[in-house]
Amino acid sequence: MADQYDIIVIGGGPGGYVAAIRAAQLGMKTVLVEREHLGGICLNWGCIPTKALLRSAEVFTNMKHADAFGLSVKDIGYDLKKVVERSRKVASQLSGGVKHLLKKNKVTVLDGQGKLLGGGKVGVEKDGKAVADLAGKHIIIATGARARVLPGLEPDGKLVWTYKEAMVPDIMPKSLLVVGSGAIGIEFASFYRQLGVEVTVVEVMERVLPVEDEEISVFARKSFEKQGMRILTATTVKGLKRNGVNVTATLEGNGKSQDITIDRVIMAVGIAHNTENLGLENTRVRLDRGHIVANEWLQTDEPGVYAIGDVTGPPWLAHKASHEGVICVEKIAGLNDVHPLDMRKIPGCTYCTPQVASVGLSEKKAKEKGYEVKIGRFPFVGNGKAIALGEPEGMVKTVFDARTGELLGAHMVGAEVTELIQGYTIAKTLETTEAELMHTVFPHPTLSEMMHESVLDAYGRAIHF
Amino acid sequence: MPIEILMPALSPTMTEGTLAKWLKSEGDEIKAGDVLAEIETDKATMEVEAVDEGRLGKILVAAGTAGVAVNQPIAVLLEEGEETGAIAAKPAPKAEVPMPAAGPAPAPAPASASHAARPNGAAHGDRVFASPLARRLAAQAGIELAMIRGSGPNGRIVRADVEAAAKGGAPARPPAAAEPAVAALAQVAAGPAPAAKPAPVPAAGGNAKELSDKLGMRYKEVPNTSMRKTIARRLTEAKQTVPHFYLTIDCQVDELLKVRAELNSRSDDYKLSVNDFVIRAVALGLKKVPAANAAWSDDAILMYDNADVSVAVATPSGLITPIIKTAEGKGLAQISNEMKDLAKRARDGKLKPEEYLGGTFSVSNLGMFGIRQFEAIINPPQGCILAVGAGEQRPVVKDGALVVATVMTCTLSADHRVVDGAVGAEFLAVFKKYIEDPLTMLL
Repeated sequence: MADQYDIIVIGGGPGGYVAAIRAAQLGMKTVLVEREHLGGICLNWGCIPTKALLRSAEVFTNMKHADAFGLSVKDIGYDLKKVVERSRKVASQLSGGVKHLLKKNKVTVLDGQGKLLGGGKVGVEKDGKAVADLAGKHIIIATGARARVLPGLEPDGKLVWTYKEAMVPDIMPKSLLVVGSGAIGIEFASFYRQLGVEVTVVEVMERVLPVEDEEISVFARKSFEKQGMRILTATTVKGLKRNGVNVTATLEGNGKSQDITIDRVIMAVGIAHNTENLGLENTRVRLDRGHIVANEWLQTDEPGVYAIGDVTGPPWLAHKASHEGVICVEKIAGLNDVHPLDMRKIPGCTYCTPQVASVGLSEKKAKEKGYEVKIGRFPFVGNGKAIALGEPEGMVKTVFDARTGELLGAHMVGAEVTELIQGYTIAKTLETTEAELMHTVFPHPTLSEMMHESVLDAYGRAIHF
Repeated sequence: MPIEILMPALSPTMTEGTLAKWLKSEGDEIKAGDVLAEIETDKATMEVEAVDEGRLGKILVAAGTAGVAVNQPIAVLLEEGEETGAIAAKPAPKAEVPMPAAGPAPAPAPASASHAARPNGAAHGDRVFASPLARRLAAQAGIELAMIRGSGPNGRIVRADVEAAAKGGAPARPPAAAEPAVAALAQVAAGPAPAAKPAPVPAAGGNAKELSDKLGMRYKEVPNTSMRKTIARRLTEAKQTVPHFYLTIDCQVDELLKVRAELNSRSDDYKLSVNDFVIRAVALGLKKVPAANAAWSDDAILMYDNADVSVAVATPSGLITPIIKTAEGKGLAQISNEMKDLAKRARDGKLKPEEYLGGTFSVSNLGMFGIRQFEAIINPPQGCILAVGAGEQRPVVKDGALVVATVMTCTLSADHRVVDGAVGAEFLAVFKKYIEDPLTMLL
C-alpha cells in the first residue's frame, strides 16, 4: 500500500524544497525525495560555496591593496585548506537550514532516488533497494542539471575538473585553463586568478559572458585582462592530452592552432539536464533538447506531473527554479493571482571581479526585437561612493523603449552590482517607466545613485557626468 | 501659424472625455461657430464649436477615442494660405494621467476622526489601479483604463491587459482555477472573493465576476459607460458617507387631479403632469422651510437662496438630473414646458453641464410605474431627495368614516448632518399642504 500524498516533489534543490514548503504552507500533505543533499547543487556545490570562495579571494585582493587605503598588512598569504573548509562549512550550515525549514513545515523528506511509475505513483530507491512507495495526485520533478560533458574532453576529477572539483582543490595549480566563459567558468577564473594562478579562459563565442550585453562583456573582458587573465574568444579546445601531472590542450581559433600546457583544466561548457532514471518512459512527459517540456504553469504533457527549474531548460538559475516552484504549487492549489513567470524579469548575476548583473533585454536584443531604444550609461567613476570605496571601475547601462518609456533592460558591471540589480527588477515587475525611476529618490551616497543617473542619462538629463 | 484645437473642458470637473464623432473632415473649410466634433463626457454629449476660421488641417485624435485629456490638442486648424506642411511634426500628444475627479462636495469628515482622515476610498472612489507602463500605453492607444479588466495582482491593470484591449480582443478572463488539490483548499478557493479587492466601486459581498466565473455562471458583459461609473461612484459615496434618514407622508391628491384636469382643459400650450405640481410644491416648500434647501460642507451648512430642483430622468444610459432653476419663481406651465425640454434632451444626451450640475434639492418620481413608496439615495452634495410614489385610490378614514381617496405617498431622504428630523417633517407638512390644496400654489 503506497503512502498517499497531495504533492510529491522529486529533487530538493532551490526549486524542489521551495515548492515543498509552499505546498505545505497551503495545507497540502507533501513529501520531498532527495538523493543527495538538501539544497541541491546551488546550496552544496554551486551558488553558495562559490560565493564563500570568492569572498576569500576578494578579501585577499583587498589585503594586497591595503596600502592604497593607508593600511599595512604584512605576510599576506592564504591557506587553501582553510579557504575550502570555510566554503564547505557555509554550505553545510545552509543545507542544515533547509532541513530545518522542511521539518518546521511538516514536509516529509525521503532520502533516495525517486522514480515515476505512472498513474501518480512514485517509487523511492536507495542503493538499489526500494525504500518507499508513494502515491500522489501531483508530482513535481525538480531534479535539476549537472555539468555538460564534451566528447574527448571528459573530466577525470584529477587533471580535468568540473565545478565540483574546482570548488574543493587539494592543491593550488600554478596554471589553469577554464573552458567556457559563462557565469560558472568566469567565476572560477576570477577566484583562481585572484589567488595568483595563471588563468587562460577559452570561449567558443566572440565574447566573454556571451549572454550579457555586448558593452558589458567588452568592459568585463578588459578588466579581467588587466588583472592578468588571458582570454581567447572564438576559440575551441580540440583536444586535451593528460600528461600525468599536467595537461596539454590544443586550442583552435581564428584559423590558428596552438598547444598550451597547464596544471589543471576546468570544464564549464554548459549543463546537462537530469532526466535519466526518473521513469519518464512510464509517462507522457516530453523532452526537447534534453530538457522537460512544461507549459507556463509548469505542467508537462502527463496530467498531474509538473517540472520546474533547471530540468525545464534555461535560464539555469536558482531563483528561477524557486519561483517556478511557487507558481506551480499555487496553481495546483487554485489560488487567485497566480501569474506565469516572465523570463524577461529574471535577473542574472555573476560574481566575478568586477561583478556583472543584468535583467531584461540587452541593447542588441532590444533592437533585434524592433524596439527604438534610448540608452543610458553611467560610469562608476562619476559616483562618490564608488570612489570612496576604491572601486572606480564599472558602469550602469539602461535600455528603454523610446516609444513607451518601458525599462527594457538594465546591465551593470562593477562592485556590488549584484546587490543593485534588484532595484531595476522591481521596477520592471511593477512596469515602471522612466518617469517613476526619475521620480524615485536614491540615497546619497550610495552606488545606487548610478542607477538613477543612468536613467537620467537615457533622457539626456544625467547630473553628475 | 496653425492653430491647435484643444479638448475643451465642458464642465468644471471634467478631466477627460470621449471624442465621439468628427463632423468635419481634414481639408474642410471652417467658419467660426461651425460644429467640429462631438464630445461625450460622463454626463452628456456636447458639441465643439470652432472659434477661429480656416481649414481643418489635421485631425490628431480619431473619432471614438476615449479618455482624451482636457487641453490635449485634438486637431490643427490652418489659416488662409497655410499648407498642411506647416503643421510641425509633434510628438504624440501626451495625455495626462486622469486625476481623480474633484468630489462634488467637500468630503464629509467622519465624526470621530481628525480633519486629515478620509472615508476609506471615498475620496478616491474612481481610482483605477494600473501600472505606470499600462497607463502610458493606454493613453497612447486612446483606451480608457477603466474599460480594461486588470489581470495583475489584485486586479491591477498591467501592460498585457492594455495590449490585449488594444488588439480589440475582450480583455482576457483569467483561466478557470485549477481543481483544488484538497478539500480544505476548495473552500478557500470557492469562498467569496476578498472584499479588500480594490475596484473603482467596491462590490459589496465580493466580486461578482470572480464568483460568477468560479461557479461557471453564464452572463453577458455590458461594459460600464462613463455615465454608469459616475452613477455608481456617486451613489456609493452618498450611501456610505451621508447619514440618511427617511420620513414618509401620505398626500391626498383628488383635488390636485381635479385642478390639473381643469387647467389642462383650458389651453393647448401646456400639459401639466402631477410631477410638475410636485416640483412647484417642493420649490414653494423650500422657500417656506429654507433649512431643507441646504447642503453640508466641513465648515458651514450652505443655505441656498434659490430652489433649484433637480428632477431625476431615466435615460437609456442611466440616470441624470436636469434642473428646474429658481423653480419657486416659475409657474406650473413654465415648469412643465421646461421639464419636457430638459427630459427630451437628457434622453438624447444633449444636456449642457450647467443644466444638470448644481441643483439644491432632488425629486425622483416612480409613480408612473405604479410604485407606491420608495426611499431614494441622496444626490450629493444636496441635503434632501423626495421620492414620489403613484397616486392610487386607497381607503382612508375621513371624519370617522371610511372613504375612498386618491393618495400619493412621498418619502423624504434627508442628510442628517444638514437637516434634522423636525426640519424634514416641517418641510413635508408644508409640501403636503400645497399638494392637497393646489390652488394655494397657483398664488
